[in-house]
Amino acid sequence: MSSNLVMKQSFQKHIDEELLLDCMRCGFCLSSCPTYIHSEQDETQSPRGRIALMKAIRDGKVQWDSSVEESFNLCLGCRACEPACPAGVQYGALIEQTREAIQEVKPQRRLVKTVRNVTFNHLFANKKELNRAVKLVRFYQKSGLQKVTRKIGFLNLFPPFMKDMEKALPDVPKKVEHLKPIKTSTTKVAFFTGCLMDSLFKEINDKTVELIKLLGAEVEVPANQQCCGALHAHSGELQKGIGNAKLNVEAFDSDEYDYIVNNAGGCGAFLSEYEKHLNNNPLYAEKAKRFSSKLIDISSLLVKLGIIDYLKTFPSSESSVVATYQDSCHLRNVNKVFEQPRLILRNLPGLQYEEMTKADSCCGSAGIYNLLQPEMAGKILATKMGYVKEVNPTYIVTSNPGCLMQMKAGISKEGLTSTIQAVHIVELIYEQLKQESKNIKKYEPILH
Amino acid sequence: MDQQIIQLFINIVGEKNVKQSTAQLLAYSYDATANFQALPDLVLSPRNTEEISEILKICNEYKIPIVPRGSGSNLAAGTVPNQGGIILLFNHMNQIIDFDKENLTITVQPGMITADICNFVEKENLFYPPDPSSMKISTIGGNVSENSGGLRGLKYGVTKDYVKGLTAVLPNGEIIKTGGKLAKDVAGYDLTSLLVGSEGTLAVITEITLKLIPLPKYKMTSIAYFQSLEEAAKTVSAIIAHKIIPVTLEFLDKKTIDAVEQFMNIGLSTDVEAMLIFEQDGDLKQVEQDIKLMTEIAVKHGATFSKIANDESEAEQLKTARRVALSALSRLRPTTILEDATVPRSAIAEMVRRIDEIAEKYQLTIATFGHAGDGNLHPTCLTDVRDQEEIKRVELALEEIFEVALSLGGTITGEHGVGEMKAPYLEWKVGEAGIQLMKGLKAAFDPNNIMNPGKIFAKETKKRVVLQHV
Repeated sequence: MSSNLVMKQSFQKHIDEELLLDCMRCGFCLSSCPTYIHSEQDETQSPRGRIALMKAIRDGKVQWDSSVEESFNLCLGCRACEPACPAGVQYGALIEQTREAIQEVKPQRRLVKTVRNVTFNHLFANKKELNRAVKLVRFYQKSGLQKVTRKIGFLNLFPPFMKDMEKALPDVPKKVEHLKPIKTSTTKVAFFTGCLMDSLFKEINDKTVELIKLLGAEVEVPANQQCCGALHAHSGELQKGIGNAKLNVEAFDSDEYDYIVNNAGGCGAFLSEYEKHLNNNPLYAEKAKRFSSKLIDISSLLVKLGIIDYLKTFPSSESSVVATYQDSCHLRNVNKVFEQPRLILRNLPGLQYEEMTKADSCCGSAGIYNLLQPEMAGKILATKMGYVKEVNPTYIVTSNPGCLMQMKAGISKEGLTSTIQAVHIVELIYEQLKQESKNIKKYEPILH
Repeated sequence: MDQQIIQLFINIVGEKNVKQSTAQLLAYSYDATANFQALPDLVLSPRNTEEISEILKICNEYKIPIVPRGSGSNLAAGTVPNQGGIILLFNHMNQIIDFDKENLTITVQPGMITADICNFVEKENLFYPPDPSSMKISTIGGNVSENSGGLRGLKYGVTKDYVKGLTAVLPNGEIIKTGGKLAKDVAGYDLTSLLVGSEGTLAVITEITLKLIPLPKYKMTSIAYFQSLEEAAKTVSAIIAHKIIPVTLEFLDKKTIDAVEQFMNIGLSTDVEAMLIFEQDGDLKQVEQDIKLMTEIAVKHGATFSKIANDESEAEQLKTARRVALSALSRLRPTTILEDATVPRSAIAEMVRRIDEIAEKYQLTIATFGHAGDGNLHPTCLTDVRDQEEIKRVELALEEIFEVALSLGGTITGEHGVGEMKAPYLEWKVGEAGIQLMKGLKAAFDPNNIMNPGKIFAKETKKRVVLQHV
């Protein structure tokens, strides 16, 4: 059988024809697509073009070749096209199905293979491995080797973008001080910790717990939780992703929890889709439905727990410290959360919020996209940094570890490390509250 | 395409502006028209008028079809390369060339996005009124080639009313300039008007001078709901009869409202049969007076609810609701076939009723929305291309809609153009002598028939349906 025919059959097997036919090709998605914009408006790199290609391969209208593959590879999976689509095309599902279809037939290229091997089979497959890797990184940072290798230029061997990412690695975590609850609540929250957040960004996770407790709710971290599976699904390993979904809906299946909270936009989107992915599975459908219905992101949870009222008790004052927010694509486009983080930032004492142009468009991180497609990711980041410079903030606030690292890389690339800092929203809320409650006399410091 | 010829094109525009991979050819094989698709042989992105001139000389010499394409949002298959050849893009030609505040004109390249022009001039308190629903993605070159309309057409007219001058390249490579920044100009035939709406079949437009007008100070938007289509349609006629010319007077039927609400979630009533959106602009007193009067007329004709938008963002939402109607409707069935039949505005109620009867006769789902105020309706057939039998009925129904529109003094297309889709019906509207004259004009410009061939003129005209009285 020719390889072309095999690919066609794999597309027929994995891609839902009804979903393809939802696209009526109006083109309203075009201006929302970062790869279309950054490829001089090349229709090949647009959602409409990609859907047309999926259909053409599925129908056998064109032959599979590297140009077709490139179009699919270059998709960020940011899903900005979904809210832009009046026809309700489920693009996220279509690109996942496409990548699954390709993965089944075609061996990936080497860089992809290496990155994928490291990430999936080692880091994300197993939390212990990830922790070990992080420990290695920590050792590398602490020992001063980091400085040395940077100087020697060992990293020149890697694609330029990886060098920037290396600079963006977070510092060794400090111990997080406890906060005194300001009120009581009967709300009980289960915390989905996420793999990157729980290892590289452990400090942010600790602060997440502190903020929830500050507002009186109880937090539990269910054991046996796994990586959410999003990175697998986005790279054609949907079944592995669904495997993780099953373990997670089990781990969190308790009536005690009012909410299941996460602080990583990328995880949150996939977690919210557990219901969709497991709805045909009699063993898991109900549990997955319960799981997805309780799911919430950290900003929305804090708003529900009354953080805005608390923030409003601080006296308003002029501040020259400016914060701007960079949306997490998946938090915005899939979970439709974009008002809550901004609401918190507008009310956070000790700083001014300023909206950045095109804060809703992808920063180019997109999971491991920036490792796989450094050139396109670099172009997208450069545009983003242009908008950042217009605001010239003290803080770029993010809601996802990928975005956080990407923004750090961007700041470093532009030589702005002395003036601009990229932070996760949780860090900023925690630090501002700590600082402001100390600064203002009538407030008791909220530290324990 | 022959490798030697491809090399000639590479020599003109440079390697990186020639697209020919499998994926690229497929990505330029369609526009927004359901059921039409054909692969081009090559896709070119020239950088200026001179390069286009060189490209056309080669096309003319080797008789290679060439199809100018903006963002591919055409609704009559006007940019589908149905005879192969070259797709000509304007992604490098999307700049403002001249902004003249003394003569109130702006000169732009054809690749500029329509909404970007509107936003740019509005910052200077000037106004470019034509606003096709796709304005956020459509290019001005596409708008000019199709003579696009829009929501504001009732009061402000359509694209042709704002095009003052053009630079265009003829198929033989010669560059012409038509019109200019002048308010008056009767020097010879009005070639500007001939090129506007010529759907890329005569020449390639490379520069466009647009007329701007002062930006109205105030605008207000309101809506009214009705329990029947007739009541809504009669309201439209009554408003015009009261000598009010609103900016916008849009109509949505129940199916359309449902689909739009599903997408936008802005609290539109879905237990009604029809909705009208009104907008008026001008000085504050006049605007308030007109909106009030229109609302009264609506209530008098049976509106069950009416509301004035609180602010600009609510008004914008309502207009967006109308702009996304077609795409939102496509949620209902796999295939959406849209029509563009237009009647004199006095016949709008009759037309709406006849469309309903036709839908019933052929047992089809037809949703209707459109620019009620200027008689330009968009009956939209929701169907499935995989169902051959149903598609046959769709075709019969659409033919009957054309026939009814013509019998009411209307036309087969109000603003989408003829393209390939409506070519078989053009003669119904313009007659045999009209077609012959148009073909003569086409031959005078393009004797080798390289410019967007297969559009406007069909090989064969459809047999006209004989209408039985319904």
